[in-house]
Amino acid sequence: MSGVLYSLVALGFVLIFKASGVFNFAQGAMVLLAGLALVRSLDFLVAKGFPLWAAIIIGIGFAVVIMAITAWLIERFVIGPLVNQDGLTLFMSTIGATFILEGAAQMIFGSDAYPLRLFPTDAWFLFENLFPGGILVNKLDVWGGLIAGILVAGLAIFFQRTKTGRALRAVADDHLAAQSVGIPINWIWFVVWLVAGLVALVAATVWGTKLGVQYSITFLALKALPVLIIGGLTSVPGAIVGGLIVGAGEKIAEVFLGSYIGGGIEYWFAFVLALAVLLVRPQGLFGERIIERI
Amino acid sequence: MLYREAGQFKTTYAEDMAIFPIRQDRIALGILLGIAFIGVPLLATFHVWPFAGDYLLWAILLPFLILALAAIGVNILVGYCGQISLGSGAFMAVGAYSAYKLGTGVHIPLAWLGFAISIPPLPVLASILLGGLMAAVVGILFGVPSLRIKGLYLAVATLAAQFFFDWVFLRVPWFTNYAPSGSVNAPALNFFGLVIGTPIERYLLCLTFVTVFAVLAKNLVRGNLGRQWMAIRDMDIAAELIGIRPLYAKLTAFAVSSFIVGVAGALWAFVYLGSWEPLAFSIDRSLQLLFMVIIGGLGSIMGSFVGAAFILILPIMLNLIPTELGVPLSTETITHLEFIIFGSLICYLLIKEPHGFARLISIGKEKLRLWPFPY
Repeated sequence: MSGVLYSLVALGFVLIFKASGVFNFAQGAMVLLAGLALVRSLDFLVAKGFPLWAAIIIGIGFAVVIMAITAWLIERFVIGPLVNQDGLTLFMSTIGATFILEGAAQMIFGSDAYPLRLFPTDAWFLFENLFPGGILVNKLDVWGGLIAGILVAGLAIFFQRTKTGRALRAVADDHLAAQSVGIPINWIWFVVWLVAGLVALVAATVWGTKLGVQYSITFLALKALPVLIIGGLTSVPGAIVGGLIVGAGEKIAEVFLGSYIGGGIEYWFAFVLALAVLLVRPQGLFGERIIERI
Repeated sequence: MLYREAGQFKTTYAEDMAIFPIRQDRIALGILLGIAFIGVPLLATFHVWPFAGDYLLWAILLPFLILALAAIGVNILVGYCGQISLGSGAFMAVGAYSAYKLGTGVHIPLAWLGFAISIPPLPVLASILLGGLMAAVVGILFGVPSLRIKGLYLAVATLAAQFFFDWVFLRVPWFTNYAPSGSVNAPALNFFGLVIGTPIERYLLCLTFVTVFAVLAKNLVRGNLGRQWMAIRDMDIAAELIGIRPLYAKLTAFAVSSFIVGVAGALWAFVYLGSWEPLAFSIDRSLQLLFMVIIGGLGSIMGSFVGAAFILILPIMLNLIPTELGVPLSTETITHLEFIIFGSLICYLLIKEPHGFARLISIGKEKLRLWPFPY
């Protein structure tokens, strides 16, 4: 069920791409930063003697502030000066941002693995009278799925119904045209990165509960890339479906194929799947057709 | 005053199209090569000042040369042809492991056909070059998606190569000759009966490789093929309309780039590491190469050298300077600082100077030609 988790990270990618045309390599680093900020402030507050609920609220507030500051800094110093550049330049600048974020996050908050306990992680057994043994369901996965669902619904409303949401889509289409009809592009980009930061925070809480908050989260976030490719770069539902496909696919592949060719194929299966999808349908399962003109 | 071309007349087309049309450039390059080929080994033999130990030669110059070679390869793909690749580490690994297999003898049992393919161990030079060739083949395979997709999608596709080969060399025991630890030892570096062992010999070997490939690459990108690549990079649809075959241009870029990267990988494994495991060619290596190219200069052979030098020297400087100032940093802080500085530099350069340090150098040369008049 790691599929839901992949979806959560992929959502962050899709959001930024959809809303600003920037392929954000830094999403993994943002998950790390958000997770570290949350977990460290929680530990700090609990150690100071705050009750847990207060610590959680303050901790989340603190993490949100951190993500807002990050969003502002990235907009102001990295993406802002590159308005109207082509996608590749922006992409490479986010690789730069990745490194800054990873370095800064670990420098400020420490680079060990920190356990995070926000959601119950014990298992339920469903339908015990229907199947022998029932179906094992992890409570965490249910929580993850629930949160992802709420997030997607909220984001869909935000994109479709609000003024800012429409402005976001205009900016994604064409920076220059959006600017010329009076959309404040810098503000829009700040909003986008902030939202992506919040999605990263959500992903970090779920993922951190499962694995602990640590550096390897950034690597797991790379796994969200094939999810993105399979689902299509511009589609929020695509990110969810893609995540589920990848999550289920790699487990199935591991179980059925892994024994023949030597185990651990979880590691690359998603990427090869993405490659196959790319060869057949370059824009992904739910993506918009890519149209090019001179 | 020194750098002025007045009085150097070009009277033939050949002179006009030379790699270094300005005499001072030729002299400077000659001096540089002289220092590299004769000066450094001489100094190192007699252990004169900067070469008191083998440290400088072994820990800086050798990796610098090999990584610069790899950066040239990456630059051909990313800088000249505009096909962004996050899988260069994988191509290095393919080069290294193929060279290793060829250097120690290949045995493919084909039990169901009733015979086996056996190749006796090849000489080192042949296996390094064939390792590059294997990398080229793999590069072409993974370059095929680039015909349908580009930019960001392609970055993910090349990432697939990275993860796939990381796994292959870790899990398929055939590639490591069934070594239980997963790490392998390079065969002795025997070049036509000449065994390369000391750091100086290794340095000269790499220098020769790098020089040859740099000249080849420089000429390639100046010529017909290079122009095709650049046309594809600048706008692929327009390039197609003026009669450039994207299939041919993109796949040659992938092939040439992977070949050079593969040779660099084989050198890295054979000459520098000696014994290695797949971790030596992880995604970090790919990103490092990409950074060298971005920082040094996209679309510039010289930039590959500058970028490689910079990325290798920065961590050492970070280690050295605070210690000299009396505030030694912990290794952890240095790593994190390194991350931050690389990241900031990449962002800064992309904003201010998308063509990297190489462009700064050529601006400097431009200014020197006119000095002391501003225009």
